[in-house]
Amino acid sequence: MFPKRVGLTLVALLLASACAPSGTPAGASPTAAGEKPQSGGELLYIVTAEPPTFDAHQSTTFATLQPISPHYSLLYKLDPADNVSKIIPDVADGMPTVSTDKLTWTIKLRQDVTFQDGQQMTAEDVVATYNKIINPPQGVTSPRKGVYAPVASVEATDKFTVTFKLKYATGSFLASLASPWNYIYSAAKLKQDPKWYEKNVDGTGPFTFVEYQKGSYWAGKKNPSYFGKDKNGTKLPYLDSYKAFFITDPNRQTAAIQSKQAMIEFRGFTPQQRDQLQRALGNDLAVQESPWVCVNYITFNTKKKPFDDARVRRALTLAIDRWSGGDALSKQTIVKDVGGLMRPKGPFAMSDADLQKIPGFYKDNAKAVDEAKKLLADAGVSNLTFNFLNRNVTTPYEPVAVFAINEWKKIGVTATHQVKETAAYLADLRAGNYDVGLDFNCDYFDEPDLQLAKFYSASGLGKGLNLAGYDDPKLDQMIDAQSRETDPAKRKQLVWDIERYAMGEQAYQVPVLWWYRIIPYLKIVRGYVIGSNHYTTMDMANIWLAKQ
Amino acid sequence: MTAAEDPARLRYLEETRLRRARSAVLDFIRRRPLGVAGAVVIVVMVFAAVFADVVAPYGPQEGTFSGLPEPPSLQHLLGTDAFGRDVFSRLLYGSRTALLVGFSSSLVGSTLGLILGVVGSYFGGKTDEIIERFMDVLISFPLVVIAIAVIAALGPGTTNVIAAITLPVIPRVARVVRSSGLAVVRMPYIEAARSVGVRAPRIMFRHMVPNVFAPYLIMLTAFLGQAVLLEATLSYLGLGVVEPEPAWGNMLRGQGMQFLDQAPWLAIAPGVAISLAVFGFNLFGDSLRDALDPRLRAA
Repeated sequence: MFPKRVGLTLVALLLASACAPSGTPAGASPTAAGEKPQSGGELLYIVTAEPPTFDAHQSTTFATLQPISPHYSLLYKLDPADNVSKIIPDVADGMPTVSTDKLTWTIKLRQDVTFQDGQQMTAEDVVATYNKIINPPQGVTSPRKGVYAPVASVEATDKFTVTFKLKYATGSFLASLASPWNYIYSAAKLKQDPKWYEKNVDGTGPFTFVEYQKGSYWAGKKNPSYFGKDKNGTKLPYLDSYKAFFITDPNRQTAAIQSKQAMIEFRGFTPQQRDQLQRALGNDLAVQESPWVCVNYITFNTKKKPFDDARVRRALTLAIDRWSGGDALSKQTIVKDVGGLMRPKGPFAMSDADLQKIPGFYKDNAKAVDEAKKLLADAGVSNLTFNFLNRNVTTPYEPVAVFAINEWKKIGVTATHQVKETAAYLADLRAGNYDVGLDFNCDYFDEPDLQLAKFYSASGLGKGLNLAGYDDPKLDQMIDAQSRETDPAKRKQLVWDIERYAMGEQAYQVPVLWWYRIIPYLKIVRGYVIGSNHYTTMDMANIWLAKQ
Repeated sequence: MTAAEDPARLRYLEETRLRRARSAVLDFIRRRPLGVAGAVVIVVMVFAAVFADVVAPYGPQEGTFSGLPEPPSLQHLLGTDAFGRDVFSRLLYGSRTALLVGFSSSLVGSTLGLILGVVGSYFGGKTDEIIERFMDVLISFPLVVIAIAVIAALGPGTTNVIAAITLPVIPRVARVVRSSGLAVVRMPYIEAARSVGVRAPRIMFRHMVPNVFAPYLIMLTAFLGQAVLLEATLSYLGLGVVEPEPAWGNMLRGQGMQFLDQAPWLAIAPGVAISLAVFGFNLFGDSLRDALDPRLRAA
């Protein structure tokens, strides 16, 4: 009796699965034309990891930004209606005034901004904030310090004016001022204790802090003294409150949205999660999808033989058929587009035709495989075997690694998948204790200075970011040159030269596939535009809930 | 020529031993049908593991990379996963991992437990105290907690999984063997051996071990099932055997969970295999215990 019942259940499951409609992404306008935002309600969203620190200046994870950004403002921010490239003022009172030599940036500040403790925000607070980021005090880390290398000084020229003086003109400085990590902190609080913000919250953002239940949720409520207004003059934020639930398990994340206990998750779901939610929620669900400024790199330990030989590195990148891989992997995980060092379809992306001339990006995989085999034979390592270090995170690391390992088999290379818990994985990568590793890079903006930062020499500006361990003065000069080029068209050409050299010729760190972001959410959530990253517009000021 | 050296008598003794063994096996088959069913499952599993290269229609990592799992068909009896790999073939190769980890860890763990149990019961006193307190520490943690701690320290991978599962088996076997050993050590033949000056190692391994072998064997088979389950648990948690190596636990983990809704065969196949294997080992172990324990033999 029992086996028969089990058998019938299995058959039923198989039939149900075969008959189930396959999901297709449904575009949804975040705020339909003519629709008037409504005030009130509580936004319930999922954050897929817990914040290791409350201090975004020291953090490198979205897990800090997504629950905590609603309490803070920035100097500039990405326009929530665009969330890709349009920068607008936040606490700045207009766009910066730039001197003709492009070395002095003067920024006027709003005078109606107050911290949640009631203190007025002034230029001193902005100066203290940027000084903490650019010149962190003893015991305080600042992972993005290198981005501000062009800054010579930050000064308060009057109570509501800040002046940045640069050592050299750079095309990326406005983007650097719109970094979502640069929460404006109180100078008084920082003076009292530079680490105060690691465990406390006091910002000028749209929401005040209510409570943090570790392992469960983070809650905030509307800040009545928030300065922001929408284009119709309505005070922001629209929401009364928000609650961010920390849910790490993908099945529980999907279940939370399916049961409407949560409305949205801002990092990204897999195609399977999207399809499952579409089947379950039908018209109650909206989906936004977009290319993502995130990519997996295969990083070669250039301090270890045979990976110190460019021929071996080139052979290993040549073997990977990214074009067919992108098609196949995009059906099961969050990677899709083939691109170089800059986001495909982004403002600095090389055309596909040009990209296909670079080793590792050929459309003709048979030709690439032959070339790779020859390179390995020339280097004397035809039957190469090595450990391929990866982190213990399924999406997208595991399928991307399995894909690469399969591709390498085509040229007679055997890679053993070595999976480690994230902390151990990062420690090994940073210590050079690996052969070949699967690394990643995510940014908030399409900006070569950000995306190329990890290509600087390991003992120079790339320290801590360049995990391949090489020093290459020629590449350093090329990166510097594009950074100082203020003509966008010329800058693009310089960036493409870097891609040809760093990926094609040297193959120090080679991209596998760029990530693709899928956000399925309850349709009642309005005002969120997916953009190209999961870091920006997280202050929730423009999000509202449609009455059901 | 003594009676012991008489070839006719030796032949008679050998035949008697064989007859008894045959009779015991036939008795086991007749009286323990569930144990036989368990044995059949184990034999099938061993066969699949040993002859996977011949029986499996595809290699464990061979596949046409399409990106979506294919449902069961004549070409792929249990369907394919998202890498186009044949689930049936991976299941067969996965039985190698299950058996390798299961047999290695339960054999090594049980044998170390046997040695510690016999040594403790033979020497008694401080030696026994030290061993027992150490065993107390190990046994105070659940099986899976110790295994996860070992993996956390050593990292994932087949060898480390074997070590992780071996460790928690040791105290459990040592405890059972010790209790049997305490009864054996008081037997007159042990006293006799001591009195004629036989050295401790010889007494322990020549005279005590054969007499505590039944509980050892029972524990060994009992832990085989647990070891298979623990290996699957660790691999499912991403702490055991990692992709692309085939293991039932990691087949359940990544794509099994990811495609649960659209491709349930990815989770059902390894899930059923794990259940069957554990069921088989448990049935066989229980029946073996019943057959070897004189108190339960009548039942």
